[in-house]
Amino acid sequence: MSFDPRALPEHPDFLWANPEPKSSYDVVIVGGGGHGLATAYYLAARHGITNVAVVERGWLGGGNMARNTTIIRSNYLWDESSAMYEAALKLWEGMEEELGYDVFFSQRGVLNLAHSLQDVRESVRRVEANRLNGVDAEFLDADGVREVCPIVNTDNLRYPVLGATYQPRAGIAKHDWVAWAYARRAAELGVDLIQDCEVTGFVKDGNRVVGVETTQGRINAGRVALCVAGSTSPLAELAGIEVPIQSHPLQALVSELFEPVHPTVVMSNHIHVYVSQAHKGELVMGAGVDQYTGYGQRGSFHVIEEQMAAAVELFPIFARAHVLRTWGGIVDVTMDASPIMGTTPVDDLFVNAGWGTGGFKAVPAAGLAYAHTLATGEPHELNAPFSLERFETGALIDEHGAAAVAH
Amino acid sequence: MLILTCPHCGPRHEQEFHYGRQAHVAYPDDPSALSDAQWARYLFHRANPRGPHAERWVHSAGCRKWFNVVRDTLTNEISAVYPAGAQPPAEHADLVPAPVVPDVPASTTTEQTKEA
Repeated sequence: MSFDPRALPEHPDFLWANPEPKSSYDVVIVGGGGHGLATAYYLAARHGITNVAVVERGWLGGGNMARNTTIIRSNYLWDESSAMYEAALKLWEGMEEELGYDVFFSQRGVLNLAHSLQDVRESVRRVEANRLNGVDAEFLDADGVREVCPIVNTDNLRYPVLGATYQPRAGIAKHDWVAWAYARRAAELGVDLIQDCEVTGFVKDGNRVVGVETTQGRINAGRVALCVAGSTSPLAELAGIEVPIQSHPLQALVSELFEPVHPTVVMSNHIHVYVSQAHKGELVMGAGVDQYTGYGQRGSFHVIEEQMAAAVELFPIFARAHVLRTWGGIVDVTMDASPIMGTTPVDDLFVNAGWGTGGFKAVPAAGLAYAHTLATGEPHELNAPFSLERFETGALIDEHGAAAVAH
Repeated sequence: MLILTCPHCGPRHEQEFHYGRQAHVAYPDDPSALSDAQWARYLFHRANPRGPHAERWVHSAGCRKWFNVVRDTLTNEISAVYPAGAQPPAEHADLVPAPVVPDVPASTTTEQTKEA
């Protein structure tokens, strides 16, 4: 699909029904964000399981899905992560065709900047690891960075830009439209999407979960799938399990609209900001998580201050841009900065969580793999390494370095 | 932004401090007796409540001393500040996690069974 940065998307038609919950489903997915909706779609489309409900306490795609900076890339370090995110990227590349709906996926590339010799070494290592895994990646020097993104200031800053990893197939998509695309197709295939329906408890028979208590009454379920990002710990506790997750506020912001000036995505781990320009023209910026845990969906102001200082150093032409809006999401960070997806100690209860700051880019692959796990009771090859058991076996997947957000 | 009251220096902005995660997590008394699952619990499982949370902070840009704070993770309201090594106020006693203790070794169980 050709990309016109000035094109505004048409407003979507009414996309799904708002049914009353039935008394029983084969699968109840808790959480109507990108992961929950994609999981419902793949359950129906790939496994023929359509007696499925997605229950969402707010509105579809209104949680972290509505709060992210929409960056999509697959240049992670370890084999397990790059397999997951590269599978996702390939699905992103076919998503509009598969779902029959625009998601404004724009493969404008991502630069991950290196500001120190150590950054350069780590970046070169990651590029080589990416290439071994079939992920497109190259290391650019400062001239190469300026060629890809001429507005980056490489020299006149405290930590000069020495180079960058570059993944040309990376990009952004329009997050609302991604949620709507999955919701629309899932609903067409028979999935009930139930909004304003908060899960308040789990119904168990011995060690087996057999349903959920909700604000719209009890719903029986053959299998229950958690897909609730930052709310995983409190919900898992209701189900009687513990997950090694810490929830942190992560902030982002957008500027007023500008003419297209920023052709790619630029991320800097070192001085810590990441910037892209949305389809309509806003500069979309994110920073690191707050150091403390929290659920307040707001963060500390000094984080924004530091992020803006970094942005203005890197992009001097942004100095007079006005901030239009800031917001916070709650990210669920595991101890190795990799997600958890699979079975739990409770029979027929499954968990998909811990994506930290990177859940959006994984949406299609996470949905595909989670649907497989829910349909078969066994992990897909993509999520097998991301089991809850890895914290006992020690087979951790330490992605703190490639997760790109300091946490 | 949080304003934290260092017990030694008084109220300061959050930027002067570093967060030290959950407080009162005791190192196992007999580490070699723990199973893998128990080790995982000690190493990786930390409370992550939506509500009051006992946590450690260090005044890294000030006196560089550690202390404990009870903070509500939803509202950021701080209801207690107390020295490192001290127990939380009585109303927050439930925030101290149970120590990870090894399962009773099989041999002991057998002896107890014999005695019984």
